[in-house]
Amino acid sequence: MLQVDKLAFGFPGRTIGRDVGFSLADGEVLCVLGPNGGGKTTLFRTLLRLLPKHSGAIRLEDEPIEDLPRAEIARRVGYVPQGHAAYFAFTVREFVLMGRTAHLGTFASPAGKDFAVADRALESLGIAHLADRPVTEISGGERQLALVARALAQEPRLLVLDEPTASLDFGNQIRVLERLAALAAAGIAILFSSHDPDHAFLCATRALLLAEGRALELGAPREVIRPDTLERMYRVSVQVLATEGGMHTCLPRFGRPA
Amino acid sequence: MSSRALPYVVSAGALAGLIAIAFAVGRYPVSLEELFSLSTGQAVAPNVETVVMQVRGPRVAAALLVGAALAAAGAAYQGMFRNPLVSPDILGVSSGAALGAVLAILLSLGAVFMQLFAFAGGLAAVALVYAVGSRLRGHDPLLALVLTGVIIGTLLGSAIALLKVLADPYHQLPAITFWLLGSLASISPGELLVAAPLALLGLAPMWLLRWRMNLLALPDDEARALGVDTVKMRALVVAAATLMTAAAVAISGIIGWVGLLIPHAARLLVGPGFGRLLPLAMLLGAGFLLAVDTLCRTVAPIEIPPGVLTALIGTPFFLWLFALARRTW
Repeated sequence: MLQVDKLAFGFPGRTIGRDVGFSLADGEVLCVLGPNGGGKTTLFRTLLRLLPKHSGAIRLEDEPIEDLPRAEIARRVGYVPQGHAAYFAFTVREFVLMGRTAHLGTFASPAGKDFAVADRALESLGIAHLADRPVTEISGGERQLALVARALAQEPRLLVLDEPTASLDFGNQIRVLERLAALAAAGIAILFSSHDPDHAFLCATRALLLAEGRALELGAPREVIRPDTLERMYRVSVQVLATEGGMHTCLPRFGRPA
Repeated sequence: MSSRALPYVVSAGALAGLIAIAFAVGRYPVSLEELFSLSTGQAVAPNVETVVMQVRGPRVAAALLVGAALAAAGAAYQGMFRNPLVSPDILGVSSGAALGAVLAILLSLGAVFMQLFAFAGGLAAVALVYAVGSRLRGHDPLLALVLTGVIIGTLLGSAIALLKVLADPYHQLPAITFWLLGSLASISPGELLVAAPLALLGLAPMWLLRWRMNLLALPDDEARALGVDTVKMRALVVAAATLMTAAAVAISGIIGWVGLLIPHAARLLVGPGFGRLLPLAMLLGAGFLLAVDTLCRTVAPIEIPPGVLTALIGTPFFLWLFALARRTW
């Protein structure tokens, strides 16, 4: 689905990360963890060709990303950006319908099938009741869910989500992660970033630790999320505990310096 | 009737009524019976026919065209710059177009060149404002754009003042001054025949791209990730909206506020979806300017410039909107 090789990325004139490589297969969930300013958002924007890469290769379904037209990328990859500033009072349904644009002709407007896809996306995230509310008047968490619904309306084969749980309450965080796991089970490849390593334990098949301008570790969450890697990335002392049923969770050692 | 159709039906009905009133009132009143007879092809007094067809006809048509064009351009600029405060006036398009048109008067060029110069001036102004405004980092981007527009507009105003000083005070200066005040009084059918196709040419891409116009209101990254080539599309729509503005400004002179107020009012009624917004903004813009122009030529013994009245109505309305609406445009 997605292959990244020796990628260097950043802004014009300033490289933020280099030598990043990973591949993502259909149905896989890769969680990117890293400190603030570690380059997670910049990496995602580069993967979507919203920023030009500095060097290396990005291949989407075996085609170099720079060879694909914008609309073709949008038909394959759904993108959920971090937060969204709403300027105009589109209804949630209109907002989600915008995800259909790449499937429409240049001069076309959404029609019956597009409305059905949008409504299904809203229902799957439990926000169908918000469909006619303006996006400017719903809560930040609800808007985050609407952004996920819009990406689902793209009917993508790869979903890239930049901190999809950032502004959600505990219940909505879990619901979004469960939804991601269900989408992966249906064969969609998922790439998401989070500030909570437990999210990787909950639903990721692999984790990529991004810090100090490179990929520190890449592998199964249980293998790469360790007290030493967490301390190195976040500079706090953390213990990783096994729970009943074979799950793992991170617990900070409160008040103890790293 | 569905409630979604209601704003259009009401505005279209009000517009039809306004058109009838505009033909009827004035220095030489025409009764509604006479208007009806004329519109059904029956014979009427020659004086009546002259007043309706030769005097008021072109003026009413010009008010409808200019009002609709300014409102459509304003709706497009507001969506495209993700900024409900922008309008042809604030972005400097009007001043740029005015500078171009004044230059054409100064060089004694004809009506077609005036259109061309107005278009080039408007496009250059909006390009300059956008280029400078989007490079001012560390400021609120909306504020940066608006302030840049005001500043560039002031600069263009000085350039116009300079041209006025250079103009022939007996032949060119009155034409320039009259034109800068804005007026629908002396627009000839020939000028309308030049301006109307240009305005339609500007309208066509906006209407055809009406769904995609909505995505230009999103942050750039999001619109691109959803498959829109924002650079190309924004360039096309800026050119289209500027063409519409220039076509209007070249025949009517500067009439402010229509392009700012009317899209707001339309958005309050039908929401920001461009496919619904554009037709309503055009209906309301046409009706608003026709009402203003009709008042301007009837309330006082001398004609009031319509820009004065739009400003008198527009300023308090806009302040009220600004105070009331805050972030829920």
